[in-house]
Amino acid sequence: MFPRLACAIASVTLVSVSALTSLHSLPVRASAPVDPGALHTDDLKDLFFGEALFNAYQDNYVDAISGLDTELKQHRLLDDPELDPFNVHFGQAEFAVGDLELSYRMHREAGRAMQQVLQGNVAQPIKNEAAYRLAKIHYQKQQFANALHALELIQGRVPERVRADEQFLRARVYMQLGRFEDAVTLLEDLKGEKPLQGFVEYNLGIALLKAGETEKGVLVLDGLGRNAGSGSAKQALQDKTNLLLGNQLMKAEEYDRARQYFDRVQLSGPFSDQALLGAGWVEANAGRYDRALVPWQMLKERRSTDAAVHEAMLAVPYAYGKLDVHSTAAVNYGQALDLFGEQVDVLTHSITSIREGKLLEALRRKEASQVKNWVVELRKLPDAPETHYLLDLMASNDYQEFLRNYQDLNNLFERNRDWLQSLDAFEEIIALRRSYYEPILPGLDVAFRQIDARIKMRLEQRQRLAARIDNLLVNRRPELLAKSDETEARLILEQIREILAYNPSLNSEETEDRIARLEGVLKFRLSREFDDRLTEAYKHLQELDSVIATLQDTYQRYVRTRQAATHSYEGYSDQIASLRGGLNRAQDRIDQLMARQGSMLEQLAIHELDQRRAQLESYQIKARFALADSYDRANELQEQREDERKVEQYQEQVEQLKQAEPEQNQPVANPDGEPLPTDNPPELEAPTQDEEVAGDE
Amino acid sequence: MCRILITLASVVLMSLSVLANAQNVSREEIRGLDEQIQDVKKDVISLTSELNRLEEKLLFPSNTQVALFVSLPNSQDFSLESVEVKLGNQVVAHHLYTYREIEALQQGGVQRIHTANVQTGAHPLEVSYFGKSKSGKEYRATASYSVEKAVGPKFVEIQIAGNQSAINFKDW
Repeated sequence: MFPRLACAIASVTLVSVSALTSLHSLPVRASAPVDPGALHTDDLKDLFFGEALFNAYQDNYVDAISGLDTELKQHRLLDDPELDPFNVHFGQAEFAVGDLELSYRMHREAGRAMQQVLQGNVAQPIKNEAAYRLAKIHYQKQQFANALHALELIQGRVPERVRADEQFLRARVYMQLGRFEDAVTLLEDLKGEKPLQGFVEYNLGIALLKAGETEKGVLVLDGLGRNAGSGSAKQALQDKTNLLLGNQLMKAEEYDRARQYFDRVQLSGPFSDQALLGAGWVEANAGRYDRALVPWQMLKERRSTDAAVHEAMLAVPYAYGKLDVHSTAAVNYGQALDLFGEQVDVLTHSITSIREGKLLEALRRKEASQVKNWVVELRKLPDAPETHYLLDLMASNDYQEFLRNYQDLNNLFERNRDWLQSLDAFEEIIALRRSYYEPILPGLDVAFRQIDARIKMRLEQRQRLAARIDNLLVNRRPELLAKSDETEARLILEQIREILAYNPSLNSEETEDRIARLEGVLKFRLSREFDDRLTEAYKHLQELDSVIATLQDTYQRYVRTRQAATHSYEGYSDQIASLRGGLNRAQDRIDQLMARQGSMLEQLAIHELDQRRAQLESYQIKARFALADSYDRANELQEQREDERKVEQYQEQVEQLKQAEPEQNQPVANPDGEPLPTDNPPELEAPTQDEEVAGDE
Repeated sequence: MCRILITLASVVLMSLSVLANAQNVSREEIRGLDEQIQDVKKDVISLTSELNRLEEKLLFPSNTQVALFVSLPNSQDFSLESVEVKLGNQVVAHHLYTYREIEALQQGGVQRIHTANVQTGAHPLEVSYFGKSKSGKEYRATASYSVEKAVGPKFVEIQIAGNQSAINFKDW
């Protein structure tokens, strides 16, 4: 039983270790989801680009992408885009949209954006960066040959900012395609790159091992296992490395070396359970069961949902059995059975809970975006499934992708629902505006038309005056600048002349002189003051211009307000109807997709829990047999000891009799008259090796 | 050491087969669903852009629009706790910052804190903030500005220089 258990433990360990092979993706995933190099700017020239950054840094991808998209579209429509402050960020924004789409798992769109850049008439460094980003997309989609193809499009140097990342990506692609020697060469070059520290060494170690340079690989991993750096991520990497080495060396039956690596793993880290289990098995495999008990006993006290703890629950009594302490083994098997029974119930309840939709319900809650590790924390909700059992499953890339897709869809569904409510509110606002403006606008329009006519008349008058003044500059006509009393005087004089002409008897020389003198005075005054009056007239015209400017401004304001009033309720109906239709169609699609994605999540979770339950049930069977066996052995041992005690007592009696009659050489008959037995009875014989193995089984 | 290699190979194979064996969902189905999800995301983003434009046009027409933005230039060590904005002597925004918002501002993001409709002319703007340095020292400041609203939309950036207890305003 237990060698198989050991294999099972080893395989469980290996499955978790298998996650290590994908550790190379950690630098990409562990850092901010958005490439800060592509988004960051030290000199912000456009507020809306800054707003998109604000959203992007908070992972509000929909807002960030739609904001940038709008900016890019508006910029492309400009006649003189170079005058737009956004022009400075234009190229950066194009990349940023691709990056954000990638972070929002819109790989196809991101890929298209990068392809456009590659096919466009842009400088080679920009194309190189686009090729790198395209390769990253293919890598994330596990299309490694395509990733390599994209990397081969790079000609010359890539921008310094992404040079190390590009090399690291290339090395990982080589590793995925089995070109370990090429990967080793690249990774050797990358040693010392600070942001990639630890991850480069880890991948280098794996690549060396796979390239057949085992000793070198172990050496590199050993160095990493001693000191990967500070910080929780680096500590986790260090623990993973040590765990990997420990497991590999245990498989290679190098138990003493393996134990060193297990001992290096931190007792409080996420890999400590596996390390304790491994440390125990190293000792057990070496036949040192008493020493194996130390890590296993420690592990036994840990979280009761961990697979390693379940293994330890069986491993501890197994070790006690090997040490012939069968009664303690039996007690421990009993404890294991209690725990397994309890956990089988928990798993059954969890499966029922998932089937009832409780998992998806919890994933849709608001806390999902606010509470860290909500997927684990949701187990605290009433009737929620025990998510500790799903941790391994949840750590897989596919499950993570499903989970994020489901949450994205839920987020979109809620956004659309809010927008649909907003559209209703918009329609209400429009109706209110219409009911307010429509009755008053006709009256306002009539008044406006009257004012408009007067404004036009005044404008025409102003034009005439301006033309007249301009004309006076060329044709000097002082009478045109006469004041009203002067004009009146001039008209009276003309009238007098007409009367005298009609009735010459009234005329006299004196009268003629007086008229001529008056006309001369008038003419002289007009002529003398002509320049001053012309200047004055210009000043008045300028004053008039400022009044007319105010008039025109008021006129324009009225026109704008009038237009704004109309625009506040006219022309929205079609747009709102079309948007509502689009939102409703999107909601139907999202609903269907959520159901499908949710069903996948549930299927995977139920399958995982089913497997764990089946495993626990098989442990239960093994524990029951082992418990019975331990009882048998304990009883057997007890009987054996009782028999031995009886034999000793009998032998003491014989000795006493011998001492009492030392002279008599003849055999003495026992009180029953039968001869005393000289051999042990068969039940007092020590058990043979075959029997012991059968007992184990 | 040969065993190590065999084990490594089995590790890779196991990791690849974990999901495939785990359920009845095929790779094609997963890919198809993923692509449909990407399509719907694209459509919703496009709809969102249009809805945003509609909302702006309807609720904040350009002739009356004033938008106020908050930024934290060169304030990596400063943690902004809250900002209060008064426009026309009325409190129009009072924002308490989350950790993620602070980080986004520190990295160069700009937050649109308020959008309003005002008439053309001058409008008094008063901004107060409260925040802390890394060492826990508290900083607060208040500053005033006059928003000159013309015919077009008006954008004002409120630059908070945290550790200097200063607020600068920039017209865009």
